This record gives sequence, C-alpha cells and structure tokens, in this order.
Amino acid sequence: MSDNPALSMMPPHGQAIGIEFLRQEGQKIIVRVPYADHLVGDPDTGVIHGGVITATLDNASGWAIRCHRDFAEGLSMATLDIRIDYMRPAEPHVELLVEAECVKMTRNVAFVRAVAHEGDTSDPVATSVASFMMGTPNAPRE
Amino acid sequence: MQALVEHIPYARFLGIEVDRKGNEITTVMPFRESLIGNTMLPAIHGGAIGAMLEITSVIQLLFDTACERLPKTVDISVDYLRSGRPVDTFGRAIVTRQGRRVANVRAEIWQEEKARPIAASHGHFLLTPA
Repeated sequence: MSDNPALSMMPPHGQAIGIEFLRQEGQKIIVRVPYADHLVGDPDTGVIHGGVITATLDNASGWAIRCHRDFAEGLSMATLDIRIDYMRPAEPHVELLVEAECVKMTRNVAFVRAVAHEGDTSDPVATSVASFMMGTPNAPRE
Repeated sequence: MQALVEHIPYARFLGIEVDRKGNEITTVMPFRESLIGNTMLPAIHGGAIGAMLEITSVIQLLFDTACERLPKTVDISVDYLRSGRPVDTFGRAIVTRQGRRVANVRAEIWQEEKARPIAASHGHFLLTPA
C-alpha cells in the first residue's frame, strides 16, 4: 500500500462503484474494481457499463497525479478533459484493473495516461488520456 | 425509453431518468449523495458526469436509429466545463452523423442553466443493425 494518505480517501461515488486502491509502483498507481451486478451496462451479456470504466479511469488518473514526484501536498485539481477508447468489452464476472501514470506535470496542467485491463496490459479493455487543471479552488463557492 | 434505462443496471444505479416531450429527449440525473466525487466542494464525480454523457448519447441514438441492440461506445471525449454542483443534472444529445456502422454523437449536460453546460462530449458508437 502507498503511504500517501490522500490515496486512502475514496470519494462517495468511488465507494459506490467499489473502486479499491491496490498499490503504487514507482509513479504508477493500480486500482481494482470488483465485478458487481449494479455496474452492468448490458444485461444481455453482463458486460459492465462504459461509465464505470470512465469513472475508474478518471479517479485513478487523479490519484496518479498525487503520486507524481512534483506533486505539492494539498494541491487541488480538476479534470479538464478525458478521452477514452473502449477497445473491447470487459469480461463479465472478472475484476477490472486500472493502471494510471502522470506522464507530465507543469505548474498549471498535469497529463495522465491510464489503461483498464484484466491482468494483461497488452490486452486492454480501454485506455484514456486526460489532462487536469492544477491548483483549482477547493472550497465551496459563496 | 424510461423502461430502457431501467433495463440498464448501471443507469438505474446512477438514477438516470428520461423525459420525452414529442421528439425531444432530455435525460435527468437527480442528485444523490453517491454521485459525489469531491466532498470538499462538494462536486459530482467526473466519472458520473462522463457516464451520464455516454448514456444520454446512447439514448438519443436508440431514439433516432433502428438498432435493436445497445450501441457500443467506441470512444468518448469529455470536456469538463464547470464543477457539477450537488443538484439535479440534465442532458441532451445530437446525432451529428449516422453511418451504416458507426454514429457520431455530441452531448451536453447542464444544471440550473442550459446556457451554462457543466460538461460536453463527443463520441463514436458502433451500431448493431436491427
């Protein structure tokens, strides 16, 4: 497990999906999503919904930024955009793994790539490219 | 259309509803605590926003085309424009081009004001012929 305390904080939507932080490998982070009935997108096949993959890729990408060597503790961020390629349906009843890595961090923007797979990164379910605005306000608007 | 969303477990989990007025379709995602992604702001999770854009696109596609099976998302690109506040969210989509095998769909979601969208997307969807 990571000693980064920010990684143990799972937002309510992440909890509702069942995203779990697995481990950090260098600057790469790995999370898992156990298969669950409420995540299904096509009841005929039992394949999980693309939205679940979107949410997990987005969540993992944000965490990957926190693991970047240049990340300043306490800095907040907001997803600017995410592009997801769905390469094949996820296997029903199999847990999904997502690996994410922040490939570049600047003062204003962080760039993250992530891949969703089932144990073999060379056979991805989906991949994503996202950019995040750094240092966005993290307090309620008046 | 509502029956269709209820047929999709994940759409049901997000609480997405479909409001049809004539040939206009609006998706509605009533606010619920489990949609929160940032507890400090608070703000709706980017993933829930992405999922709503995708579901809005698929529903519009099903309405516009004669496909029997659910279209498969090939890719989707999401621009997050404003943080999603803890209130109800609405969505609309336009099929910009429908080919024989693939369709291009743009979607937008908003909260209080339609003119101030919180996110927009464009995606490609594989059509499975009826």
